Amino acid sequence: MKPIRSSALQLGLVSCHDCHLLSRRPKTLGHGAAHCPRCGGELHQRKSNSIARTWALVLAAMVFYIPANVLPMTITSAVGTVSADTIMSGVIYFMQHGSWEIALVIFTASVFVPFLKFIILIYLLLSVQFKWVKQPKNLTRLYRFTEAVGRWSMLDIYVVTILVALVKLGFLANIEAGPAALYFALVVVTTMIAAESFDPRLIWDVVEKKHE
Amino acid sequence: MMQQIACHECDLIHDIPPMPARAAARCVRCGAVLFRTRANSIDRTLAWTIAGLVLYVVGVSFPFLAMKNGPIYNETGLLTGIQLLFEQGIIPLATLVFLTCVLIPLIQMLGLLYIFVPLKLNIRVQYAKPVFRLFKHVKPWSMMEIYMLGILVSIVKLGKMATIIPGLAVIAFGLLIFVLNFALSSVDTHMVWERLEGDS
Repeated sequence: MKPIRSSALQLGLVSCHDCHLLSRRPKTLGHGAAHCPRCGGELHQRKSNSIARTWALVLAAMVFYIPANVLPMTITSAVGTVSADTIMSGVIYFMQHGSWEIALVIFTASVFVPFLKFIILIYLLLSVQFKWVKQPKNLTRLYRFTEAVGRWSMLDIYVVTILVALVKLGFLANIEAGPAALYFALVVVTTMIAAESFDPRLIWDVVEKKHE
Repeated sequence: MMQQIACHECDLIHDIPPMPARAAARCVRCGAVLFRTRANSIDRTLAWTIAGLVLYVVGVSFPFLAMKNGPIYNETGLLTGIQLLFEQGIIPLATLVFLTCVLIPLIQMLGLLYIFVPLKLNIRVQYAKPVFRLFKHVKPWSMMEIYMLGILVSIVKLGKMATIIPGLAVIAFGLLIFVLNFALSSVDTHMVWERLEGDS
């Protein structure tokens, strides 16, 4: 494949997000909506307000991350005793009971992956804003990675809902979802939208600007 | 003019070369997959989607876990579980589980049927383009495989308290994850858009 060494932006073209059709940049782009001639999707040269939107969502997710980890995820009551479990105490429970594989899975999905996503997204944002782009290919790889792993954080939410549904009235123990579950769900949803709002083409725009 | 495509991750323009039936074109600059071609895309997608719908019906209507502890026997399925969450007032979580594990996978499969049955029969239907766009946008929010992992973790977690019996739905879901994946990966997006191009 022989590429023409230019980006769509430089050639006055715009690529549709939805169907990838390349079309001439309409004059109205940026002033009101322009639509793709093939699929009718809205055209943007770059995802709109990518940087500001991603920052806002990452910061919001970081705020939600605190109650998600501090407050109890599940509240178990069994014959008179009530115990509240946070994400970490759940992980520790599994470690003490010999299921370290499960402990590792939960720790990775619920604690490590969201944290890693914050770090990577902030790093990407700063790189674009301050034009610290040395290895654009690696930055793009990091972006792809964040986009792919984020959804696995939903795991703990599902476990809580399954436990609540299964251990119900009539049984000696009762499990309820704690307040952390909602905050945690918010962390997952906001980081997923944050990754979606970041436009990796901005990384390459920095490189192209430097060469011009 | 030769057809061109811009990389959706770095915006570099490439000419679209003639492609063999089963290949992926990658961006020379950032390595992103520009597009893939699929052999027999229409037939394969339809076959996997129909298989997926059958498994989906089984997965949704049968219980996935039963819990036995002496005389007490509790079982739960995907829908009854979500209904229970609603009754307990955990509405945001119940909605989230309903969307990501029940509604969106169904939308994906029905969307594929809506696009691919007309393509197969060579007829045109209204709203094919918006439906195919929607199909692309819901994809990251379909999370059945994660739910499946959640079922496994729950089995381990409750295993010390009671006897856990996996139900028919677990098998159906397990298969559905693969079948849905095969269906999605046999979609030749580029071909679909070209075929839909003339529609309004």
